[in-house]
Amino acid sequence: MRFITEFRRSDLAKGLITQIRHRSRTPARFMEFCGGHTVTIFRYGIRQVLPATIEMVSGPGCPICVTANADLDKAIAFAQIPEVIIATFGDMLKVPGSHTSLQELKADGADVRMVYSTSDALKMAEENPTKSVVFLGIGFETTAPTVAASILQAADKRISNYYVLSLHKLCPPVIRAILDAGEVRLHGLICPGHVSTIIGSHPWEFIARDYGIPCVVSGFEPLDILQCVAMLVAQVEKGRSEVEIAYRRGVRPEGNQEALRLMERVFEPGPAAWRGIGEVPDSGLKIRTEYQHFNAELAFDINPGPPSQPEGCICGDILRGVKTPADCRLFGKACTPQYPVGPCMVSSEGSCAAYYNYGEGL
Amino acid sequence: MCLAIPALIKSIEDKEAEAEIGGITRRISLWLTPEAQAGDYVLVHTGYAIDVLDQEEAEETLRLIEEMAALGGEEG
Repeated sequence: MRFITEFRRSDLAKGLITQIRHRSRTPARFMEFCGGHTVTIFRYGIRQVLPATIEMVSGPGCPICVTANADLDKAIAFAQIPEVIIATFGDMLKVPGSHTSLQELKADGADVRMVYSTSDALKMAEENPTKSVVFLGIGFETTAPTVAASILQAADKRISNYYVLSLHKLCPPVIRAILDAGEVRLHGLICPGHVSTIIGSHPWEFIARDYGIPCVVSGFEPLDILQCVAMLVAQVEKGRSEVEIAYRRGVRPEGNQEALRLMERVFEPGPAAWRGIGEVPDSGLKIRTEYQHFNAELAFDINPGPPSQPEGCICGDILRGVKTPADCRLFGKACTPQYPVGPCMVSSEGSCAAYYNYGEGL
Repeated sequence: MCLAIPALIKSIEDKEAEAEIGGITRRISLWLTPEAQAGDYVLVHTGYAIDVLDQEEAEETLRLIEEMAALGGEEG
């Protein structure tokens, strides 16, 4: 496939690995923020081919994993309203909230439907005028503009039974929160590729400037990751800390201005609760007053009750990069992709699922 | 969840397009990439094109990787 297969060439991968092995002298810990990068790194065994000087840690870049139980419980509470159809991306179905999951409710008769796109959810609202469609808006800057576009389309078409539960989250503020907490010391950051397609590379500059941490925006194929690691190693060895883009075919420094404009029109920043990290100011997106008639939280009364955490689950520590799935006593025993206890085992991009599926650390 | 895959735009109608993704034709939205043209490769995320892929940059990156790979262990 164009733009994919050429970035999987093993001859070039070998050359990059050799280069990284010869150049890397200083011990360095690199975090891949994005769950998509975690999957590439594990699927292609990249950790195993890197020299001992380089330690890779996974970050909190999995939107489902970082959604706090209190917010998951809200989504689940909406599914319990009889006239509501829940429209959601598939990954959300199996995520356990405090008491149950959307999948369990669906088995009990709740109307929970998987969609591929917000366009499907809008169409669902048009085809079911006597029902209310609540779309679960979970995702980072990559996804939020598509949800903004759906709200603008609903406004254009005067669709009055389409609602969004906006649990969107923004990446740069949470990285700042993690760095400020000081629990994990980083020498390089692999910045998320498709988040940067939207926001560009400028929003990462504070990390290089204020924290002295080299940043490289990476794509998702194995050559992309290896090139990114080689660029981080070059910065570390030369004592530089700058923001560079390795994924130039899909990321421009200024991002996607049209997507940012739509996002800005519909949403405004607000506080958001992150699993394991807590509330981070201006790290979420609220629906602006002008579009509040699409806000599911204002349209329906729900009472999800106080959230509770599964006993023994260390997803929060894993998301901060402080612990690994191998440190969890539930991992692979009480918690598996078939019967997940925590969200990092549910999402295909969660660290626990990656460890489980690709055998790392077992 | 931020997965996005390359697709080739076949035809455009208003803010929607027919695009080929790995041999399958899908309808995608161009709300976020109004500049996209038939014949462009775009990155598709949840049914929306989020970027027009830059062919020249892709080739340049591959050239750069080839150079880095060729240098291999020679320096350092």
